[in-house]
Amino acid sequence: MDITLQAFLAQLTIGLIGGCFYALLSMGLAIIFGLLNIINFTHGAQFMMAAFLAWIGLTQIGPWLGYPDFQINFWVALVLAPLCVALFGMVIERMLLRRLYHLDHLYGLLLTFGVALVMEGAFRYTFGVSGQGYDPPEILQGPVDIGFMLLPKYRIFVVVASLLICFGTWYLFERTKLGAYLRAGTENPRLLQAFGINVPVMITLTYGFGVALAGIAGVLAAPIMQVTPLMGGNLLNIVFAVVVIGGLGSILGAMMTGLALGLIEGLTKVVYPEASTVVVFVIMALALLVRPAGLFGREA
Amino acid sequence: MSNTVKIFLVLIGLALVVPFVPGLIYPVFVMKVMCYGLFACAFNLLLGFTGLVSFAHAAFLGSAGYVTGALMIRFGNHPLGMPAAFAAGVAAAALVGLAIGGLAIRRRGIYFAMITLALSQIVYFLAVQFRWTGGEDGLQGIPRGSLFGLDLTSDTVMYYVTLALFAAGFLFVDRVVHSPFGQILQAVRDNEARATSLGYDTDRFKLLAFVISAAMAGYAGAMKALVFQLVSLNDVSLHTSTEVVLMTLLGGVGTIFGPLLGAGLVVGLQNYLATIGDLVTVVIGLIFIVCVSFFRRGIVGEFLHLRRRRAERGKTRPVLVATRTEAPAAEAA
Repeated sequence: MDITLQAFLAQLTIGLIGGCFYALLSMGLAIIFGLLNIINFTHGAQFMMAAFLAWIGLTQIGPWLGYPDFQINFWVALVLAPLCVALFGMVIERMLLRRLYHLDHLYGLLLTFGVALVMEGAFRYTFGVSGQGYDPPEILQGPVDIGFMLLPKYRIFVVVASLLICFGTWYLFERTKLGAYLRAGTENPRLLQAFGINVPVMITLTYGFGVALAGIAGVLAAPIMQVTPLMGGNLLNIVFAVVVIGGLGSILGAMMTGLALGLIEGLTKVVYPEASTVVVFVIMALALLVRPAGLFGREA
Repeated sequence: MSNTVKIFLVLIGLALVVPFVPGLIYPVFVMKVMCYGLFACAFNLLLGFTGLVSFAHAAFLGSAGYVTGALMIRFGNHPLGMPAAFAAGVAAAALVGLAIGGLAIRRRGIYFAMITLALSQIVYFLAVQFRWTGGEDGLQGIPRGSLFGLDLTSDTVMYYVTLALFAAGFLFVDRVVHSPFGQILQAVRDNEARATSLGYDTDRFKLLAFVISAAMAGYAGAMKALVFQLVSLNDVSLHTSTEVVLMTLLGGVGTIFGPLLGAGLVVGLQNYLATIGDLVTVVIGLIFIVCVSFFRRGIVGEFLHLRRRRAERGKTRPVLVATRTEAPAAEAA
């Protein structure tokens, strides 16, 4: 095999970017699972929705409002779109998910799945399946020479931003008082409520936070991936495999597994490109054979 | 004769006359309902009677379809081609089921569902990659061949063969549910720890249920490949796995006829709504939400529940009287 070091490092870098998205998404899934005991099948659709909101803000909203020059730029969208998606998620949690907590987890899974179908169908009906381009903000356009390859500035920004958000989330959950409440809620919500914490509100906000992470990932992904109604569903399948490998028990575990699998996927692209789409699933199968409970997991 | 058998015979009787009244109901539509109905029954064996959620059932339907289709394209002219290809399809689905199920039962609950979903993606990618599956094109123009000298090219002959295959498959699933094996599965569903404490190797039963369910999904897939002479990537896609969940949920999880009714409704809905294109997904999603939020027993389940409650209400009084008369007697003793 003839692989130059340069190609190797280049693919590894591209893998790292993919890994950032896996990390952001699987962390959101882990946070939601921790407190709500629900696998959020809407996660992919929420990711897609945020990307679309950013795209709409940049290219559509001006003409819609009759001011063709008006646009919501990337930086505003990076805050606004995740907030909108989180609000939408919290409404769904309040109206629909809440009614299912006393039932088998299966129903929560099916409900979020139904919501995802409605969202994807609605976006497909409105915007079609063809991908929409989204230009990164001017300051992040153009490449940077990082020694072994030319990397678009924007991608460097994505890696840095994702790692910062991951670290921030980890810090919030593991090192602050609020995080302690959240972890207590995971262990024993009733006891926490007895201590005077409003657990139902906390659950809603947690769901919103997990969804917002998916939203941030969506906006970050808009300039890299094509914005299409299907972008979330495809990604979510891989993220599920990531989550099975890492286990939903720990935020750090979800983050590390996401990054690691992105890197492995990048490596596979060097060695055997055809397999790069399934390598995560194959690793999941192997991990299940070796360590059924997941690398960082505890049994659900 | 039990109610199940009565309803089943009425359904078969109705299905028998369908080709004579083509103006009323289209036989091809009924064949499609039979294929998906059996598919949903197979799925229900797992969800309804074993308590396992699989998002991989399209992988079984599709892999059987591909194997049967590919063999028919090569050996369709052979007099034994059709039964052999059919059996090979079912066997392929069972094998895929053994592989996916074997891995998935290592985890429980939500993880189980996610693992089946992820592994079914491998099957999808393989179907895209292999040459014998036709890649993006799928398999088209699959010959139907002949069964025991009967030429299946005619839609009417195919209709009755499909009906016979459907009846056999349905009765088999019903038999499994009501066998001692089926009772153990339900015990595992209701309380796995209890089943274990009674000495049952629950993992083995779950795996066996998974393989049987996969094989029956494959049975439906092989039927579908022959009826429509077509296998496409859609058959192995997550979309199809979702549909079967919806059919089962809508008709009634854990009921015998629910999945059949659900399949009929969903297939009918798709035919009826074909003109609105992408909005079908929205409608299907909304049905999901409504079913899960307000309607968890499904149509047949809700009906059975109402009837049971009415029957109990009729009995309430005598039971009360009986306890009253018994109480003093117990005191006297």
